[in-house]
Amino acid sequence: MTFWGDPINIIAAWLRGVFTGWGMAAGLANVLIALLGVVVLVTFAMLLDIGLVWVERKAVARFQDRLGPNRLGPFGLFQPVADIIKLIIKEDITPVGADRLIYNLAPILAMTAVLLLWAILPLAPVIFGVDLNVGVLYIVAAGAIGALSIILAGWASNNKYALVGAFRTVAQMVSYEIPMVVALLIPTILAGTMSVKGIVEQQSLWYVLLSPLGVLIFLISAIAELGRSPFDLTEAESEIVAGFHIEYTGMKFGLFYASELLHAFTFGGFIATLFFGGWRFFGLEQYPLVAFLVFMVKAMFFYWVIMWVRYSMPRIRIDHLLAFNWKFLTPLAFVVLMVTAVMNKVLASAETWVYALGLLLSNVVIGWITVEILRAQARRRRKAEENPARPAAVEAAHN
Amino acid sequence: MPEHWIYIGLFAIVGIIVPAAALILSWILAPRKPNPIKQSTYECGIETVGDNWVQFKAQYYIFALVFLIFDVETVFLFPWAVALSKLPLFAVLEGILFILILIAGLAYIWRKGMLEWI
Repeated sequence: MTFWGDPINIIAAWLRGVFTGWGMAAGLANVLIALLGVVVLVTFAMLLDIGLVWVERKAVARFQDRLGPNRLGPFGLFQPVADIIKLIIKEDITPVGADRLIYNLAPILAMTAVLLLWAILPLAPVIFGVDLNVGVLYIVAAGAIGALSIILAGWASNNKYALVGAFRTVAQMVSYEIPMVVALLIPTILAGTMSVKGIVEQQSLWYVLLSPLGVLIFLISAIAELGRSPFDLTEAESEIVAGFHIEYTGMKFGLFYASELLHAFTFGGFIATLFFGGWRFFGLEQYPLVAFLVFMVKAMFFYWVIMWVRYSMPRIRIDHLLAFNWKFLTPLAFVVLMVTAVMNKVLASAETWVYALGLLLSNVVIGWITVEILRAQARRRRKAEENPARPAAVEAAHN
Repeated sequence: MPEHWIYIGLFAIVGIIVPAAALILSWILAPRKPNPIKQSTYECGIETVGDNWVQFKAQYYIFALVFLIFDVETVFLFPWAVALSKLPLFAVLEGILFILILIAGLAYIWRKGMLEWI
C-alpha cells in the first residue's frame, strides 16, 4: 500500500502511532484523528465555497454577455475575498422585535445543513468522510435541516414579507422532496444498497444510461430543493423583496448566499455520484488523486448545468410550481420507480447489454407516453379555446 | 459502526462552529450604531401596518398533509428498494401494489381539488 495508493489511511496510521507513542488511549487517538479529518474536509468545503462565488459571478456574466469581475487580481480571482471582507465589516442591524436567538441561529443552521452533506460524499475510492450504510436517507435528512433554517429565518425576522416568503419556501421545498426521494430510490434499487460509496462501486455501467428519466426528475427536484431559479420565488426580488432574508445584513446574509452556492455544488456532486459514476472514468481511478480530480470535474460540470438552468429560465409562479410537482412530477416519478423495479427484477439474470437496453427502452417508452398525454391535453385545451362556447342548455342536454 | 456516527456528530459540531466563528468575527469587527429608524421593520419604505405575524393560509396545511403521507410512504419504500435484488418477483409486485394504493390516494386528492393553490 504505497502512499499515493491510500493517502488518508497511511497518514491516519502514522498519526495513531504518534499519539499512542505520547501515551494517549487508543479510543481518544481515533477520535482526534477523526476530528482532524473533519476539520480538513470542512476547510476544503469552505475554500471551495469561496471559489464558487467567483465561478458563479463569472458564469452569470458570460451568460448575460458581459465580462464579470475582472478588476481584483488576475481574472477577478480575488473578488470573493473582497466580498467576504466587505460582508464581515458591515454593520449588523437586527430589527426591533426579532427573536434574537433564532434570528442568529438560522444562517448558522443553513451552512451546517450543507456542510453535513460533505461527510458522505465519496471524493475518491479511498478519500471520503464516512461510508454510512444509510447514505441516501442521510442526504434527505440533512437537506431537511436547510428547509428548517429558512422557516426559522422567516419567523424570527418579525416581518410579514419574510414570513410569507418562508411559508412559500417551505411549501416548495417540502413538495419537491417527494420526487427527489423517489428519484433517489432508483439508484438504490439498481445498486441494491443505500450507501453512496456502494452505489458508486456498483456503477460499472453509469446509471444515467439505465434511467435517464430518473436523472431528469432528480435534477429538477434538486434545483427546486435548493431554492434556485427558476424556483427561486423564495428570494424573489420583484415579488416579496428578498423573501425570508429581508432583515439579514452582513455576514448573516453572506452565510445564506454562500450556503446556497455550496448546496448547489454539493447536489451537483450527488448527481455525479449517484447517476454518472462518481469518481469512475473508464478505469482511470486507481490513483486516488486522479479519481478526486475526475469527481471534481464532474461535480463542476453539473454545477454548471444548474447555473445554466438558472440563468436561462424565468421564475415560476407558486401555483404553477406546486401543480407541476403534485400533478406531473410525483406521478411520473412513481411510474418510473415501478417500471424500474419490475424491469430490474425481470431482466436480472439477462446479459448486461440486454439489461441496459431493457431499462433504457422502458424509460424512453414512459417519456414518450408522458409527452403524448401532455400533447393530448394541450390539444383538448386548444380546441376548447378555438371553438366558441356553446350555450349552457345545449351542454346540459348533451351530458 | 457507531464510529461512523461519532464522525457525523463531530462533523455537526465543527459544522456549527465554523459559521458561528464567521459570525463572531463579524461581531468583533463590525461597527455598532443602532438607531430606531435603522432597526425598524422593513415594509417597502413605509411604516408597517398591522400585526407582523400574519394569518396562516390553510392551503399550506393541506400541502403539508399530502407531503406527510407521501414522505411516510417513501420511508417505507427504502428497505424495499434495498432488499429488492434478493427478493423474488412477488415482492416487487407487492411493493407496486403499495405504491398504487397511495397513487389512488393522490388521484382522490386531485379530483377533490385539494391540490389547487387557491
